Amino acid sequence: MNTKATMYLSAAAMVLATSAMAEGTHPVTGEALSDNQTFSYRLLDQFPTLDPQLNEETEGHHAIRDLFEGLMIQDGEGNVIPGVATGYEASNNNQTYTFTLRPEAKWSNGDPVVAADFVYGWQRAVDPANASPYAWYMELASIVNASEIVAGEMDPTELGVKAIDDHTLEVNLTKPLPYFPAMTTYATMMPAHRATIEAHGAKWTDPANIVSNGAYVLTEMVLNEYHSREKNPMYWDADNVIIEKTTGYVINDVNQALTRYKAGEIDAFYPLPAGQYPTLLEQMPDQAHAAPRLCNYYYQINQWPDGKEELKDPRVRKALSYAIDRNVIVDQVLKGGQWPAYNFAHLKTAGFEVPEIDYASWSQAERDAKAKELLAEAGVENLELKLIYNTDENHKQIATIMSQMWKQKLGVNVTLENMEWKTYLGVRKSGDFDVSRSAWCADYNEASTFLSILVSEEEHNDGKYSNARYDELMEASTTSESPNEMYTEAEQILAEDMGVIPIYHYTQPMLLSADIKGWPFNNAEFNWYSKDLYRAAE
Amino acid sequence: MLSFILKRLAVAIPTLLILVVFSYVIMYAAPGGPFDTERTLPPEVMANLEAKFGLDKPLIVQMFNYVWNVVVHFDFGPSYVYKDQTVNDIIAQGFPVTLTYGFWSFVVATVVGMTLGILAAIYHNSWLDYLAVGISIGAQVLPNFVMAPILTLVFTLWLGWLPGGGWQGGQWQYVIMPVIALSTSFMASIARLTRSSMLEVLNANYIRTARAKGLPMRRVIFRHALKPALLPVISYLGPAFVGMITGSVVIDIYFSTGGIGVFFVNSALNRDYSVIMGITILTGALTILFNLVVDILYAWIDPKIRY
Repeated sequence: MNTKATMYLSAAAMVLATSAMAEGTHPVTGEALSDNQTFSYRLLDQFPTLDPQLNEETEGHHAIRDLFEGLMIQDGEGNVIPGVATGYEASNNNQTYTFTLRPEAKWSNGDPVVAADFVYGWQRAVDPANASPYAWYMELASIVNASEIVAGEMDPTELGVKAIDDHTLEVNLTKPLPYFPAMTTYATMMPAHRATIEAHGAKWTDPANIVSNGAYVLTEMVLNEYHSREKNPMYWDADNVIIEKTTGYVINDVNQALTRYKAGEIDAFYPLPAGQYPTLLEQMPDQAHAAPRLCNYYYQINQWPDGKEELKDPRVRKALSYAIDRNVIVDQVLKGGQWPAYNFAHLKTAGFEVPEIDYASWSQAERDAKAKELLAEAGVENLELKLIYNTDENHKQIATIMSQMWKQKLGVNVTLENMEWKTYLGVRKSGDFDVSRSAWCADYNEASTFLSILVSEEEHNDGKYSNARYDELMEASTTSESPNEMYTEAEQILAEDMGVIPIYHYTQPMLLSADIKGWPFNNAEFNWYSKDLYRAAE
Repeated sequence: MLSFILKRLAVAIPTLLILVVFSYVIMYAAPGGPFDTERTLPPEVMANLEAKFGLDKPLIVQMFNYVWNVVVHFDFGPSYVYKDQTVNDIIAQGFPVTLTYGFWSFVVATVVGMTLGILAAIYHNSWLDYLAVGISIGAQVLPNFVMAPILTLVFTLWLGWLPGGGWQGGQWQYVIMPVIALSTSFMASIARLTRSSMLEVLNANYIRTARAKGLPMRRVIFRHALKPALLPVISYLGPAFVGMITGSVVIDIYFSTGGIGVFFVNSALNRDYSVIMGITILTGALTILFNLVVDILYAWIDPKIRY
């Protein structure tokens, strides 16, 4: 089909969709739409920034995804679909990507979105003067010269991305990266409007100044209270955007949030108060949901050279892991449909085949027996451990349960120490622990986002687990077309060494008003876009 | 009096400087920094961040630069965490909110508390006294973190009369619950203080003389008893006022008011150094100011006190 024909067809589809919405029905499902197309949700905390290149956390990312659009975006299933780019071509053995930008894409002030806007945005992300805490994301994406620029050794203009013309963007990578297009959905790789940023400096994200290219524009922003984003008439697909206004309310206290949800003040609410999901599901079966969330919860074991000798023995580490009855933690404490974890990568990661891990299939009685046997074999008695976690009710309960299981089953004495978050990070980094609580959330929907953090020299590997074969496999997997076999072997090595103790894989229990439809429950990264939601008529 | 005020203001400057130095040192002694997260940043990224915010310089240089910017440019610097905001922006947005609900809480607590206390003292050992004492004890034992969720449950969820949180520029519906929650325990303290101090004054000889002269009760109370009875209450009101207008983290957290209290606590947890310092200086300056106001009020109420 030639380009012209495609344009006519999409114009016709748009006309049909628009007329359907005008009559108050959803263009695809045919459901009657409510006259009130607003949506509101609870924010646990004020996000630190709306500057895509400076953003480093998920709450900000939810807002930024509405305000800005990257080359690629995600659909409700988490699949990568065209955003500003209509498509891309990979060449040079997945080391060069050429994206074609849609000519109809516009900024909220009417300027066209051109390839140079992406070049500018990406250069901002690595520019040392801008000091983005997410500059490492560009290094992770292996863009040519990213590391050198971040280290101040090269000029930002030398980044391996160039605008061939207004609608063609070429990206050069230092190594083949099959999942590079998926990485362009994240905030760091969104475009930036140079004139606005140069005119307003750090205040360019103020509602009065901001120019954005997403389905929504920022209209109100009151720190620690709320912010609103309203439909952007300049968005290339504005005709298919149904929700007119989205408001995020900052409600720090989880129980207040629940009261306000029940009073009808907000439409969506997560995370829920600990352990209340079953009750809420019973009370509001049409509103309580628990979808997979790509994060894992695990304990690191100190394997530093000056650490406890006993913990350097894999038999002891395995005994500790086997003795934990993860079903008790998942079913009695968390109660949100979480999965007991026996491997490291989240089992709902796209394309990831959950490997066969021997102890996963055993009964708890078998695991307990094996744990005792291994500890006896290692000749360890009266083991004393210092367990650290950051102050939080859930972490406390889990740590307490684990320490009791270790005491009862293995005779291990555990001292629990909790500390405030920033102090905790410092202590964990310094290795002043025997076991420490950790969690990891995916940066992108691919198993390497989890498995790569346990590589020997990795900065997040605070327990200093190290296995040369594991490192080799992870290095090779980055350029492999079919990395799953490597992930399987890596997971098996990890289970055999018990380098860390996996505890559970996350879900995201939430409440959502029954009339709000289109929520992407199957997007395991929890990346939702207001443009995909709508409010059905009651 | 004028020389007293000037002297006090002159002392305030070194006091604030000591506060700055002390807070700076304690803040830096706390483990962790503003850029520590679950993900350890690569050293080159950390270096860029530290350079951008001047954290790569020696502590003494940082402190000097900070004081210089505050004194000369009245610039408290950028927030290290809220990257689109300066500390001036944060204070300019949060402080008026806190000032508003703090001021109204102060008015409510003072008016209701003093009225209850005076009535209880005048009608000592009557049902009115017992009621007033009952109310003030009840209010004292209900801290605001208990009051706040109860109020929301009743007025938002059950009755649907008031919004459960937010500020919306200070519309009256949004102000009521924060004011009730914040003023209750202050009201209770003021009522108890007023009652006991009033009782003491009412038993004084000069009051007995005034009554023996046949002065009407109202005149005895308002002309002779009230002023001296208020002295201990006023010494409580000064710091209480500062406490209310410099923010209550509980009110901000429960009612999402966007006030300064939640910024203060979050800045400490986030190690957002510039915000910690900005709000510390603000709170310190206000405390000094209102202690001075209390001293001036003292002299006005009690002619025996001269500075």
